[in-house]
Amino acid sequence: MSSSVKLEDEKAPVKREAGLKLFFKRLALIRESPVGMVGAALILFWVVMAVLAPVLPLYDPNAIMAPFQKIGAAAPDGGTFWLGTDHKGRDILSRIIWGAQKVLIWATFATFVAYVVGMLMGVLAGYKGGWADEIVSFIANIFLSFPFIILCIIIVATLGASGWTVVVAVTFASAPQIMRIVRGLVLDLKTRDYIFAAQTRGETPWYIMLVELLPNARGPLIVDACLRLGYTVVAIATLGFLGLGLPPPDPDWGLMLKEAVPLGAFAGHTMYLPAAALASLILGFNLLADGLREISLRD
Amino acid sequence: MIVLAGKRLLAMLLIMLVVSFILFSLFESDKMAVAGKVLGAYSSLEQRELWLTQNGYDAPFLERYLQWVGGALHGDFGNSLQYKVPVSELLADRLKNTGILTLVFFLIMIPLSLTLGVLAGMKEGSWLDRVISVVAVLTTSIPEFVTATFLTGVFVYSWHLLPGTSSMTGGFSWKELILPVMVLVIYDFGYVTRMTRASMAEVMTSQYIRTAVLKGLPYKRVIMRHALRNALIAPFTVIVLQLNWLLSGLVVVEVFFAYKGFGYLLVDAALFGDIYVIEACVLVAVFVAVFSQFISDIGYTLLNPRIRFS
Repeated sequence: MSSSVKLEDEKAPVKREAGLKLFFKRLALIRESPVGMVGAALILFWVVMAVLAPVLPLYDPNAIMAPFQKIGAAAPDGGTFWLGTDHKGRDILSRIIWGAQKVLIWATFATFVAYVVGMLMGVLAGYKGGWADEIVSFIANIFLSFPFIILCIIIVATLGASGWTVVVAVTFASAPQIMRIVRGLVLDLKTRDYIFAAQTRGETPWYIMLVELLPNARGPLIVDACLRLGYTVVAIATLGFLGLGLPPPDPDWGLMLKEAVPLGAFAGHTMYLPAAALASLILGFNLLADGLREISLRD
Repeated sequence: MIVLAGKRLLAMLLIMLVVSFILFSLFESDKMAVAGKVLGAYSSLEQRELWLTQNGYDAPFLERYLQWVGGALHGDFGNSLQYKVPVSELLADRLKNTGILTLVFFLIMIPLSLTLGVLAGMKEGSWLDRVISVVAVLTTSIPEFVTATFLTGVFVYSWHLLPGTSSMTGGFSWKELILPVMVLVIYDFGYVTRMTRASMAEVMTSQYIRTAVLKGLPYKRVIMRHALRNALIAPFTVIVLQLNWLLSGLVVVEVFFAYKGFGYLLVDAALFGDIYVIEACVLVAVFVAVFSQFISDIGYTLLNPRIRFS
């Protein structure tokens, strides 16, 4: 027994490097899909903006200066409002970039939590089968019978509006869908020889589920994760627009739109700019997912 | 067939029961919080306790739940805290408005997306197919309130053609219905179009279509008589299942245009903390979602004799 463990230890680093290399090779394949490239570029743009937000020479996103300044107007302190200011006199460029950071961080975190929960549920239901499957599937069906936004509204109405509530809402709404996908994949994978080999070796069920099954289900999950990140961005922005999202005054794209639309008659840029930002980011996720799917169907 | 329908109906009832229990536990398990919501944040402890006793809140939780379910089945959801009228009256009025919006939406979306989907699927890879597919992806990826923002900007603020809100305060108005319906159609038609296209494209490559073409039937007849019948089964399911998806969209669109429908009522109630209205609205929404799932399952089996769920 001890010798076999040693053998695995020796081989492990080599195998992992190959796995990583393979992953990057797959990632590089995105170059072959123009649609995917456009999507990746859009997302990359916003990610770079979000990362650079603290170092860029921006005004404080919550600082109240001159209201309703046009695009490129001169600021009182000698600077420029590159994208103008909103109804309260806050710099729109700064609010959009800080808003990008906020929506990307919360969306990634919420999607990640939803994935952890959904994958555990799915692998449990698929591998164990029987009662575990019945129970997990029934729970998933309950939450799938709620329309997405309505589930979010109930959760926000009970827990109050905050970033953490958004994470809970997205988890409840997305995890059942992830569970269904993973369950389907696991049902297929668990008949493979390497699973029988692991069972014969005497591995514990959790080892088989987490180490043998999940990593092999990753292909379709990457496409889904990309789409789901887009949905989560939409969900966060929609909740913000309904007044149930991340609380003000910190910039939130949905809330910016909600506040700007009634005033759009005399300050169109205050509503078009956040709308365009949101549309471009979501389009990015959708196009990247399309590109990834196209490539994964090819091999 | 009847066995299948019975099984699905039973599952539907079970789901509704669990959902109603979750809702009731979420909003009414804490009695004091309920009394606080009803009487206001500044009511005294004695007032709250008196109110709870008067309204039968001293009964055990399960008994209260059963009473509440019984009331809900009769359409009695209590009184709205915000509007001080029975929830059922409020809901009936709002559901009627949402019904009108949904009906007009379906009357436009279904013919449009079926036509586009069939046109695209007839000749896979043609320029028409590519244009339709790209447009369908683009419009579906942009969320409703972003589309609504751009449309409002163009039609309301720039061209002054349409009203920017659809509250229908001056009676029913077609003009106020145009923008909400337009937003819903733009957001939703893409999905049905893509499903129809996929279904049509698959049928077009099947053996019996090739046979029909090879035996010299006119192309029009092959499409109308042979292809469409099978190609339209899948979109039927998608359109019915669309209802669940549509409900989320309706909420956003109604709030955006201040359209006095069911979604507006729900968000309004959530912001105010009007628990009885939230409960009623969510029950109705989940019922619609579950029921449409049921209809789509049964309809799919009826339409497609090759499929029989065991």
